[in-house]
Amino acid sequence: MHTVTLTKGVPDFREGQVSFDEDGHLERGNTPTVMNPNDKHALRTALQTKVRHGGRLSVMSMGPPGYGDVLGEAMESVYADELYLLSDRELAASDTWATAITIATGLQKLDETPDLVFAGFKTADGETGHTGPQACWCLDWPIITHVIALDVDEDEGTVRAKRLVEGDIEEIETVEAPIPAFVVADPEFEPTYRTAGDRLTLKDLRAETKERAKNHEEHMTTWDHADLNLDPDYIGLDGSPTIVSSVDPIPKAPAEREATMVDPGDEAGMSEVFDAMAAHAGGEQ
Amino acid sequence: MEAPTMTDEHEHYEAVVVGAGPGGAAAAATLARNGVETVVLERGVDAGSKNVTGGLIYAEESAPYTIDGLLPGFREHATERPVTDYYIHNIAGEKVKTFDITQGHERDTEWADAVLRRKMDSWMAERVHELTRETGGGLLTGVKVNGLLRDNNEIVGVTCEELDPIEADFIVAADGVNSELARAAGLMDWEEPEEWFQGVKAVVDMPGDAINERFGIDDDEGEAHLFSGDLYDGVRGGGFLYTNESSLCIGNVFHLDSIVAEEAEVQELLDALLTHPLLAQWLGEEYDEREYSAKLVPDSKKAANPSPHEGRLVLVGDAGGQMQAQGPIIKGMNHAVTAGALAAEAFVEARSRGKPSTAGERYEQRLHDEGVMAKLRPMRYEVASAAGENDITTDLAERLLDSPLGRASVRAADTAGLLGRAYGSPYLASMMPDTKTPYVTLPTIIAEELGTRVADDNTIEPPSLGERIGELTYDTDVGNPHIVLEDDSVAASGAAVTACPVSAEGFGGGCYREETVQSNGDEERVVSLDTQPCVECGTCAVVADTQWEHPRGGKGVEFREG
Ligand SMILES: Cc1cc2nc3c(=O)[nH]c(=O)nc-3n(C[C@H](O)[C@H](O)[C@H](O)COP(=O)(O)OP(=O)(O)OC[C@H]3O[C@@H](n4cnc5c(N)ncnc54)[C@H](O)[C@@H]3O)c2cc1C
Ligand SMILES: Cc1cc2nc3c(=O)[nH]c(=O)nc-3n(C[C@H](O)[C@H](O)[C@H](O)COP(=O)(O)OP(=O)(O)OC[C@H]3O[C@@H](n4cnc5c(N)ncnc54)[C@H](O)[C@@H]3O)c2cc1C
Ligand code: SF4
Repeated sequence: MHTVTLTKGVPDFREGQVSFDEDGHLERGNTPTVMNPNDKHALRTALQTKVRHGGRLSVMSMGPPGYGDVLGEAMESVYADELYLLSDRELAASDTWATAITIATGLQKLDETPDLVFAGFKTADGETGHTGPQACWCLDWPIITHVIALDVDEDEGTVRAKRLVEGDIEEIETVEAPIPAFVVADPEFEPTYRTAGDRLTLKDLRAETKERAKNHEEHMTTWDHADLNLDPDYIGLDGSPTIVSSVDPIPKAPAEREATMVDPGDEAGMSEVFDAMAAHAGGEQ
Repeated sequence: MEAPTMTDEHEHYEAVVVGAGPGGAAAAATLARNGVETVVLERGVDAGSKNVTGGLIYAEESAPYTIDGLLPGFREHATERPVTDYYIHNIAGEKVKTFDITQGHERDTEWADAVLRRKMDSWMAERVHELTRETGGGLLTGVKVNGLLRDNNEIVGVTCEELDPIEADFIVAADGVNSELARAAGLMDWEEPEEWFQGVKAVVDMPGDAINERFGIDDDEGEAHLFSGDLYDGVRGGGFLYTNESSLCIGNVFHLDSIVAEEAEVQELLDALLTHPLLAQWLGEEYDEREYSAKLVPDSKKAANPSPHEGRLVLVGDAGGQMQAQGPIIKGMNHAVTAGALAAEAFVEARSRGKPSTAGERYEQRLHDEGVMAKLRPMRYEVASAAGENDITTDLAERLLDSPLGRASVRAADTAGLLGRAYGSPYLASMMPDTKTPYVTLPTIIAEELGTRVADDNTIEPPSLGERIGELTYDTDVGNPHIVLEDDSVAASGAAVTACPVSAEGFGGGCYREETVQSNGDEERVVSLDTQPCVECGTCAVVADTQWEHPRGGKGVEFREG
């Protein structure tokens, strides 16, 4: 079993990490890059597959050299065997289309064709959710999205999955596809390790990866457009049909509400508060 | 989808060991060395994170197995200081009479080292994992076994919170005091406070240099001190102090029935020891408590199951009540080790003869043949207690001791060197009746008659209960309390308010509280429970009317020292 998980670095949008300029534009230079949070679900799906079926777990990313650290994080958290970084100047400013072409080409260049490719469900910055499906479309493989549980039948060469129809937690269907296939894990995906055997395998993987993750660069292969034999006209900025006409900052929510301070000892004040609240006692807004 | 669904086909290992304390570690290491495919399941986030001991681990010369024999490197990596000097202090007010009992302690002792359980158990767990992994099994933490898997009423495996059921040919319940497995098998119950001690202790931070200077020892030396007398308000039991590399373990072990009878606030009894003038010389001015902890301790004399097995299941260590109080010297870890290894050996033999189901009987036989059961349930005690533990004898002994004649004979006995020898005698210790006489009255009279006044000023201020709880680490299983009060009347469960080591009368931040509720216009006193600050000591499983279980794997309190 060989799986590849796709991951992207995104600005760390957490409070205290992210930095905006006066106009509300993201200051990339001052904001650390972290792994796209949703990619963790994809990685967990890959790990569960490796624990249950063995084999190789690779992680691939297209982006600047700094994404190498994101790949290192992936190695540490899900015990990846190999890392692939698709990176060079010609690839810069790709839109989802160009990104997908590049990734699909990277997947084809691997010495062992992956059985499953896992993509995350939307990034924290781009948020299109296009990249996985488009890369899959390039390869003409089946894709299963919104996956919450996964089972591979290696003998039959199939993958069976439970998925949320239209992303609706109320509606769950089970689908099956031949492998190789793309799988997009829903954030609802929870890996399960209910046997001692699986947990012991996990423990082995953790122990085995400890040293490896410290020198993740040694396990990272970097390919540029020439390695991938990609025509610069079809990738990067030139290969990106998307035109961004303008960017509107999201208006700030009004920071403070009108508030009146009432001393709990102030009886008159407090009874006004109760009167004001009484109107909503039935649950109305 | 979900885990491979094996409705009638369970995951199978040759042996499952529940609990990674000394008993479980010894069993698993021995099984693995004999090529038995063994999986070890431990509920703590880390081995040792749930465990509390005094503690000195003994390697007895007479024991068939010792922990360093089973896990080489143990003393080098897992222990603190060896015990090179051993004293017992009899206390009456500020008067103290000390006996050196090093000789008695050394009898049948190959070595004895102080340990901290987090360090000790996590070191053992790594070795055990390596050994068992080679057999196709291994050691898992964060997994709580919650029951026995049965097939046609026969025990065939275990059920877990975090895993699907596991079948095994041999199941070792090394799950410690309050063993849920022993209870499920009907081999132990948690009914009688008389069968248990409660241990409460503090780990006190102290640089190694300060320890060396204050105790007058070198890096490779260590001391043990025991305390008894009138400083515990008549509660039967005693205190201990052991030196670690850079900390001290200071605590008390009391008979649980006595704690209940005296309605003792056990954390205050710990403070009584900590603040006694005798301890000033060692504690100095700065008191920095690293950890407060507590746990029940079975009294093997009454609790050890003489036939600790049922089908494929065997009990080792505290789970089977195999905790020997040799007078003031407490030996549980060493017996857990021996029992664990004997149980493993029994299975290996049974398997090689093609009769794995006879492992339990062979284990029981070995416990007797190797003299373990005789140490745990000495005949001497059974005979002596029949005579010595009834009220009339106790009353007589108490009055005689307190009479001028009794006091004179205490003085005479000391002059003849008898008292020191008596304290050092394991023979006498095993006969000691569980009455006030040896724990309270005799030590007090010895101190009054023979003691010298300790004038040191003990200025330390132990933390409050609230502060102690605040320092502990918890991963609370919100909405899923592991203890449920069955009967909230004061008569049924009120004893827990004082006996629970993290509760106290008038303290709102603990587990147990007494409250007044209005019902139909009447006022009623009831007991309420909040398990959040629980240190999982097991006390309220015995003294209150509860449905008592351990929290799920990894949940609840996490001891860093132990
Ligand atoms: C309209 C538009 C214009 C853009 N213009 C520019 C531009 O001018 N310059 C510029 O630098 N960027 C630009 N981008 C960003 C760039 O297109 C995205 O970073 C990239 O295509 C991924 O799209 P996404 O962030 O929406 O990811 P999604 O499609 O939401 O991501 C889904 C999943 O696909 C995988 N994935 C996504 N991106 C990668 C990757 N790079 N490597 C590996 N796996 C990946 C991950 O598993 C991820 O969870 C633009 C994006 C949009 C939508
Ligand atoms: C204050 C105090 C002082 C003591 N002093 C000494 C001393 O000086 N010398 C001495 O030898 N002994 C002493 N003892 C006793 C000694 O600590 C015990 O006898 C000894 O720890 C017993 O070992 P064990 O392996 O049987 O159980 P434990 O060490 O209690 O180990 C049981 C293990 O099982 C795990 N477990 C429990 N239930 C489950 C479950 N359902 N599923 C999975 N895992 C589970 C626990 O987390 C734990 O790791 C003292 C005890 C106390 C409380
Ligand atoms: S609630 Fe019960 S088990 Fe928990 S600390 Fe108190 S007495 Fe011990």
